[in-house]
Amino acid sequence: MNGDNPKARLHRLEPAAIGGVMSRELANFRTYWRGTTFSSVLEPIVYLLAFGLGLSATLVDEVAGVPYVQYVGTGMVATAVIFSSALPAMFGTFVKHRFQNTYDAILAAPVDVEELVSAEMLWIGVRASIYGCVPLLVTIGFGLDPMPGMLLTPLFCFATALGFAGFGVAMAATVAKIDQFNYVTALFVTPLFLVSGAFFPIDQLPQGVQVVAQLNPLHQLVELVRGGAFGFEAVDLLRFAGLVAFALVMWRIAVSRMYKRLID
Amino acid sequence: MAAIELRGVVKRFGPITAVDGLDLDVPEGICLGLLGPNGAGKSTTMRLLTGQALPDAGELRALGHDLPGDSKAARAEMGVVPQLDNLDVDVTVEENLAIFARLYRVPDVGAAVDKALDLARLRERRGAAVDELSGGMRRRLLLARGLIHEPKLVLLDEPTVGLDPQIRTQLWTLIDGLRSRGTTILMSTHYIEEAERLADEVAVMANGRVISRGRPVELIREHAGRETAEIYAPPQRLAEARAIAEADGLRVRPAGPAIAIVGSERAGNGAVPDEAVRRAASLEDVFVLLTGEEAE
Repeated sequence: MNGDNPKARLHRLEPAAIGGVMSRELANFRTYWRGTTFSSVLEPIVYLLAFGLGLSATLVDEVAGVPYVQYVGTGMVATAVIFSSALPAMFGTFVKHRFQNTYDAILAAPVDVEELVSAEMLWIGVRASIYGCVPLLVTIGFGLDPMPGMLLTPLFCFATALGFAGFGVAMAATVAKIDQFNYVTALFVTPLFLVSGAFFPIDQLPQGVQVVAQLNPLHQLVELVRGGAFGFEAVDLLRFAGLVAFALVMWRIAVSRMYKRLID
Repeated sequence: MAAIELRGVVKRFGPITAVDGLDLDVPEGICLGLLGPNGAGKSTTMRLLTGQALPDAGELRALGHDLPGDSKAARAEMGVVPQLDNLDVDVTVEENLAIFARLYRVPDVGAAVDKALDLARLRERRGAAVDELSGGMRRRLLLARGLIHEPKLVLLDEPTVGLDPQIRTQLWTLIDGLRSRGTTILMSTHYIEEAERLADEVAVMANGRVISRGRPVELIREHAGRETAEIYAPPQRLAEARAIAEADGLRVRPAGPAIAIVGSERAGNGAVPDEAVRRAASLEDVFVLLTGEEAE
């Protein structure tokens, strides 16, 4: 330690440890960012062309007074966030732990499981908050008027992505084989984004499903993003608080699951 | 002060007891070879020392820090070179080192990386992705990564397992350099030659505990005597020779296609056949006699 007294500096959740783990993610990201960015930009364009222009030209002109292209475009922020948070967290964590033994190397350094998980979640949160904005920017290209409230979109995406990153990490620490992510995707990820209100309003769903949808963090994100684009409501503060609570709960669950997985 | 002190350490995995009442002291400045067959508990002992496994019983201290409670502070002062290559393969050599310099809170990351590159003799390959390196270069990088913060204690977990002899010799040179600088080393291995070449002392582990310990020459003298006679012959002849030697009170061990009569200098007339090849007793003889396992 080059003469320093480590006892004096080593605490819980040290920024140096978290930053060090995130620097590893950044170094790796530099090797594959082009592919990820390409797909994250192309995907909303394809969706908007297929769902937005296709459906609005034939079946749906507008929803709740909003042109359907803009309705879907703002909703797709949520799908971008879940697909760039929950899935990378699940697969990335599993691969780094089981196949690459990356976590063995990191935990042999002065980094504990809580710091490791926090850094992974923060990194995914930052990344997803950027990629989450892409559909919104694409939708602006499709005619959505820029509004000052949209500047809060990265914050909303970040909070939501933290929660789903925690969910993904917890799942990675729970499943025995990588194939079992199929269950997680089918049981949680797909239903969550389908009943998020991204593609159709949830108030047309059965009452029971509407109640469940209110508990869906993605739905809250969709509402917040649309609030930024078309006008906020007072209840949006509550929605954001809910997303922060979701992130905190998933963080603690992820730390606990990973501790059990990584420490014998 | 001992760099490592273990007292009565027990670690169980369900019904399996991987470490079973282990007592082990590693004085500062020595290289202790932890020699044992697969499943002896060497890697679990390493994981206990890095806080990646929690003991079921016993006391552990590393560099004056109680484990696992003060494990983070201990890890800050120790370097770990794992058995399995866990480098980031898409990232450059330089970045692999820089990441760990930051994890170890090294104040001058650039200088530490340069020093590690020199140690691993990889300065010319600093910008290459790890994927582009040869197996030997990757192992040298792994070693340099574990030393990036100039640790007081280095844990080497099977540092040359699976490597060809040339690469193994390169790594031995690096490890020997580390030892000569006074760094405390705990090195697990199941290669006899590695322990003989590098370790000041060897602790032979079996079934989760140390069954014998000492300098290699002391262990050989204590357990194997001065001389071993190897007999290469058809199985029936080997069986006869074994029976005669054992009747004379000598210890006989398998040695691949041959048998080895250990302590053959004590043999009575006719107990060792004339066709036997006599050689100095070795640590391999000790290892096989103590653990019952064939050496690698």
